[in-house]
Amino acid sequence: MSTVAVEVVYRGIFQRTLARNIVRSIVFAARKEGKIGTAFGRYGDSPERNGIPAKQFAVVADDAEELEEVLARYEPTEVDVTINVDDTMCKGIESWAWYGLQPINQLTKPNGTLIVTSRQDADSLVEDIHQKDTPFDLSIIKSTVSFSGLWVYKDDHTDARILGTLCNVCPQLFSIDSMLQALDEQGNGETKLASAQKAYDVATIRTVEPGEGNSEVPYKFELLGWQTMEEGLVIRAQGKGGGFRGGDEGFQPDRNEVFKKYSTRSMRPVINFETCIKCTLCWLQCPDTCFDITPDGLYDANMESCCGCGVCEAVCPVPDCVTMVSEADFNDNSSQWEAWQEDKPSYQQWMTALVDKQKAETRTHGFHHVGGYTEEIAASEDA
Amino acid sequence: MTTTATNELFQTEKEELISGSEAIALACALADVDVITAYPIRPYDTVMQYVSKLKADGSFDCDFIVAESEHSQFEIVKHASSVGARTFTGSSGVGWFYAFEAITVTAGLRLPVVAMVGNRALDDPGAFGVEHNDALAVRDLGWMLYWVATAQEALDIALLAWRVAEDPTVFLPFAVSCDGSFLTHSQAIVNVPTSEQVNKFLPPYDRGKLQLHPDNPITIAPQVNEDWLMEMRRQSDEAMHRSVGVIKKAYEEFKEIFGRGDPSPFVEEYMTEDADIIIVGMGTLALPVRVAVRRFQEAGRKIGFVRVKFFRPFPTEELQEILTKCKAVCVVDRDYSYGAPSYGGVLFTELRSALYPMEKRPLMLNFIAGLGGREVHVNDVNDMVDIVQKAIETGIIEQEATWIGVRDN
Repeated sequence: MSTVAVEVVYRGIFQRTLARNIVRSIVFAARKEGKIGTAFGRYGDSPERNGIPAKQFAVVADDAEELEEVLARYEPTEVDVTINVDDTMCKGIESWAWYGLQPINQLTKPNGTLIVTSRQDADSLVEDIHQKDTPFDLSIIKSTVSFSGLWVYKDDHTDARILGTLCNVCPQLFSIDSMLQALDEQGNGETKLASAQKAYDVATIRTVEPGEGNSEVPYKFELLGWQTMEEGLVIRAQGKGGGFRGGDEGFQPDRNEVFKKYSTRSMRPVINFETCIKCTLCWLQCPDTCFDITPDGLYDANMESCCGCGVCEAVCPVPDCVTMVSEADFNDNSSQWEAWQEDKPSYQQWMTALVDKQKAETRTHGFHHVGGYTEEIAASEDA
Repeated sequence: MTTTATNELFQTEKEELISGSEAIALACALADVDVITAYPIRPYDTVMQYVSKLKADGSFDCDFIVAESEHSQFEIVKHASSVGARTFTGSSGVGWFYAFEAITVTAGLRLPVVAMVGNRALDDPGAFGVEHNDALAVRDLGWMLYWVATAQEALDIALLAWRVAEDPTVFLPFAVSCDGSFLTHSQAIVNVPTSEQVNKFLPPYDRGKLQLHPDNPITIAPQVNEDWLMEMRRQSDEAMHRSVGVIKKAYEEFKEIFGRGDPSPFVEEYMTEDADIIIVGMGTLALPVRVAVRRFQEAGRKIGFVRVKFFRPFPTEELQEILTKCKAVCVVDRDYSYGAPSYGGVLFTELRSALYPMEKRPLMLNFIAGLGGREVHVNDVNDMVDIVQKAIETGIIEQEATWIGVRDN
């Protein structure tokens, strides 16, 4: 019996077409070798929310009965390969319908492979990825994150490069020739086939040993049963909150104890507290009430609640006072205001470096308006 | 009377990787449906997405009307059907309920509308997962009701639906029930037949003397009272009786033309021979249950499975014959019926009623499982079988209906 399951972890909507291309191509390529397969999205993720982690699966088997054995559980309990198309999710994922943080490699089988598209090196990614009791291989495809929008698909060959890499790291699935044939039949051009072949040729792996990686215990909580759950579909409102960090001054709202936004965002705001004019716009406009008011009347973005939408950056009237930067550059969710209080020069230096880096790399969280893709192409041609 | 066009998309038989919803959209194109109405609600809306894509691509010519509500959506196809148009529509959960007035009159007027019900939990709470209560609500009204288990079956049964519904001896609407998510959102390899095959199987819809047309002046649906009503109901009852023979004949022809299908159109038997316990369920529940049954059989346990495909007309005779041979029946309901006999589910109550006249009656136990899209796992099936086995050994049923997979804390 040989069944192979692959999951693609992606950011909802922005990477949906990318994920769909990958899982469908896997089934098509397997079909070239007489195998049978199925491709599906995790229904609990749907309808997808902008940027919220979601999953699609491809399961391939030798015959229909074998396939049924795996599909008896709709969401596979383990996969041979996990494909993560946004490296910020190496910190773990929380779907909007699933409470608690799930490590990116949770379903990866012992000695299975985690493929990540990233510009980070292996050591830096391993720092984010939760520890496992069993070894797994990490294969990095050097790439910027491939984000598009609801109606557009950025055909930057990320799908082809992942599929080529997959053929290398998981040879029991199918040969690269079958994959190239499947891609060809789906109407992909020669350059795309060449991208798949090249990715296949240059793929490397780095084994991550048991116990290596992020030692944090993933956030989770117990679900209530029918005898303890409140009747009548009632959810108690959050308390109105009180002073900043429990003190007398400032203000901090009570927050949801069971739903955190740690993995929702691919970017987060950094704040220049020295140029802030205390206009209140970020605090007013934040859709997730993530700003705590500090005793000195500044606004500290609380990472328990920030979903990374970038509204604060958009409404802030002061240049570079609120800047969205890549989530990949953070290893914790600590308070920026507290860091600034502790050592202002160091904070300014750290914050400025992040802002400069963002200006150079331009990470985006999807297209915000019609024509965004066209603008991005023009900008990259100018550069 | 409409003519059936040959669609260029379907010149040769081919394999597609598609969901159950896409399969039904392709069936619409294959059947050259004239009028399709839509109103979005998950998971049914996937069908309207695929139909509109086929139409936008120029692969399928139909009147595609997006209504302003489910009520209008079902009203429009009802009227279109009365003038002789082949029709398709569908909905899910509370959307289906919002159309209920139109749904009841469609059956009352004997209009062969075909609808896809993407089974979804009824609100509240707002949830997208499968429960069968939405489609089951029409069980008393004259709709034929079928539960499919695979994307292939979705395509095949949609074709069968028009064939049976539009048979002049039947003229009843037909609902194809598809489990939300498991069927509507999973892509599987499906064999798509040719237009030629479909045209051979599915004659054009001919409403004959009942067609509303200037050349055939008639009034449909006048007000009647007790003087006419009961006879009309009796006619519908007789039409449902007649549908059984029509389904059998159509299914035989289907198998001949398309080269696939089960022995019976009404039920699917799986390892039921000499079985001590037979599990009964509907829809995609078949998947984990078949796997569990295989494992039991490998371990030497005589456990079988029957999938009820047609819920209306209810396959009474087939189930009487199959289920009276075993010691106990384990009915899995993906629905609820608060306050029903024994607090059991709908399928359980119907089945027990079907077996009552039999001389040899098996023990019957009921399990409410998989509500709101919660998965029924192989372990859950094992738990059910353990409870049934205990009842066989002790001869005592401690509890007729048990909720499985619910958090009990």
